[in-house]
Amino acid sequence: MPTIDLATTPLRELNAALHRRAPDGGEVWRVLNPRGQHAVAAGIDTPVTVEVDGHVGYYCAGMNKQATVVVNGNAGPGVAENMMSGEVRVRGDASQAAGATGCGGLLVIDGNASARCGISMKGIEIVVKGSVGHLSAFMAQAGNLVVLGDAGEALGDSLYEAELYVRGEVKSLGADCIEKALGSEHKAVLVRLLNAAGVGNEIDVNSFRRYGSARKLYHFHMDNIGHY
Amino acid sequence: MSAGQDRWIHTPPRKSATFDDHAIAEIRRAAATGIYDIRGAGAKRRLPHFDDLLFLGASISRYPLEGYREKCVTEVTIGARHAKKPITLKIPITIAGMSFGSLSAQAKEALGRGASAVGTSTTTGDGGMTAEERESSKTLVYQVLPSRYGMNPDDLRKADAIEVVVGQGAKPGGGGMLLGQKISARVAAMRVLPEGIDQRSACRHPDWTGPYELEIKIHELREITDWEKPIYVKVGASRPYYDTALAVKAGADAIVLDGMQGGTAATQDVFIEHVGLPTLAAIRPAVQALQDLGLHREVQLIVSGGVRNGADVAKCLALGADAVSIGTAALIALGDNDPALEEEYRALGTTAGAYDDWHEGRDPAGITTQDPALAARLDPVIAGRKLANYLSVLTLETQTIARACGKSHIHNLEPEDLVALTVEAAAMARVPLAGTEWIPGEAGGAGPHA
Repeated sequence: MPTIDLATTPLRELNAALHRRAPDGGEVWRVLNPRGQHAVAAGIDTPVTVEVDGHVGYYCAGMNKQATVVVNGNAGPGVAENMMSGEVRVRGDASQAAGATGCGGLLVIDGNASARCGISMKGIEIVVKGSVGHLSAFMAQAGNLVVLGDAGEALGDSLYEAELYVRGEVKSLGADCIEKALGSEHKAVLVRLLNAAGVGNEIDVNSFRRYGSARKLYHFHMDNIGHY
Repeated sequence: MSAGQDRWIHTPPRKSATFDDHAIAEIRRAAATGIYDIRGAGAKRRLPHFDDLLFLGASISRYPLEGYREKCVTEVTIGARHAKKPITLKIPITIAGMSFGSLSAQAKEALGRGASAVGTSTTTGDGGMTAEERESSKTLVYQVLPSRYGMNPDDLRKADAIEVVVGQGAKPGGGGMLLGQKISARVAAMRVLPEGIDQRSACRHPDWTGPYELEIKIHELREITDWEKPIYVKVGASRPYYDTALAVKAGADAIVLDGMQGGTAATQDVFIEHVGLPTLAAIRPAVQALQDLGLHREVQLIVSGGVRNGADVAKCLALGADAVSIGTAALIALGDNDPALEEEYRALGTTAGAYDDWHEGRDPAGITTQDPALAARLDPVIAGRKLANYLSVLTLETQTIARACGKSHIHNLEPEDLVALTVEAAAMARVPLAGTEWIPGEAGGAGPHA
């Protein structure tokens, strides 16, 4: 198992080495002493597994493709931003804009996520085992956000086609975000994502409420100006 | 009272300078529709501009270079500050970011063809990179915008440079709106949005705010691309000194500074005409910031917004820019607002030269549209050749002026080569009012040696 100690190895060398991995990948890398550095394991495009022992700064696993990145600590803003595929797991809490603009893959946060979790998400699937902050899923376009705890103010503001599932309390819904029926197809999505997050056996999918776009603001119209 | 004296009973009708025809028409339009006017292009009203400057040319104390004979270099290298692979352009005129979505695929291809033919770069836009523009553009700058529509690491790596867009001159502080009629199946798929809906582009980046986080964002982009690509930061002209300084501090290799005459695909008219600085007013503060940091020419400054001819290019460079960028002028070169289409413009309620409803997608020239039939009117090969011709003319004109000022490289043009025709332009460009040594706002007055 390759081990990189960021206390002695420059971040640039780590990322460059990960970018050079063969397309078939399959290795497990261990990264020590990240000490809040930014862009740890960013831009990987190979099915490698990277275990980061410690807290990371901004944009860990940014634009990830194929790789599995596990943060055994907390993550700063924009973890897994614009992720395309693969999997990112944060064992602690995540700061703002977790999974922002993500296009694919799975982001699992064992703790809480701060404000704007899933902002402008474009297909990523996010499971937060704790709670999410205000303006989560703002302008979210596609994908699923599953929150086992509570959601802050203005959840799903100006939402497009992303699906939001919250088990706890929602402080308030944002413009054009409404509660929708939880159908069998949605329960199947929840079962799949909860299993992927490792809590499939612990959580009853019927305890979630589903939110989505009312689609009333899809076309700009003066009559809707009060919503903005 | 004789008949001839009747006409003096009433004063002749007098229109208000304040409530002029345009203002009155806009009040009526607003009253009738209840919505503000949205349009494309940049500021249309009269602003202090490059026409308010003149070059002095050579004289006894300044030797000119022989036109057509002596070399006047136009090559510009961008991004050598931090990037492993800086880009070198043969001419100092680039093509500004314009999205596939606002423009047809044919128009994007034509821009790539024209720019590549003369050795300069094109830029993507809000909506991602199309295969056509990558293929047709030898040097392509990939924009990272707040919406992140079409953003992906593969295209990031395919790009020759990256441009983090903070704002644009037509609407500093504003986002965007691409109306549903331009959201075709292909545009919708690239942006991951339902087809035919009005698509908003955010005004702020989703994962960073402020200069400190911009620095971290730039660092991430460099890490993802292994520090190969030059990274630009584009700002709309509003606080050019501080925005330039902050972008440089954040690690930018180049600054793109877009004045309020710079175009947009669709924005409120009130925003276009009343927010931001004229291009002329923005250049010197930005150059001052680079000079104060000791990084003028090391961090390149690319200026856009209302550049039309080689004189405008030369004036930008003389004021301290390293290169310019054109958008509206490039579209005109492709065939936008062509008088040959006058009948069709009239059917749209406008006239050639004034057509700016680019957001409606009904462009008879096939440029600002996603209608397949209209878009097919634009031949990318022919339109690309026209753009190449135009870019060549801009370059030749720039060289003509530079040689006349005795410069063997276009970057040797300097403020000392310029005078201003108006007090306003003199103050903004920080060059003397013509015939005087007076630079408004600077110590000293009109001297005897003008």
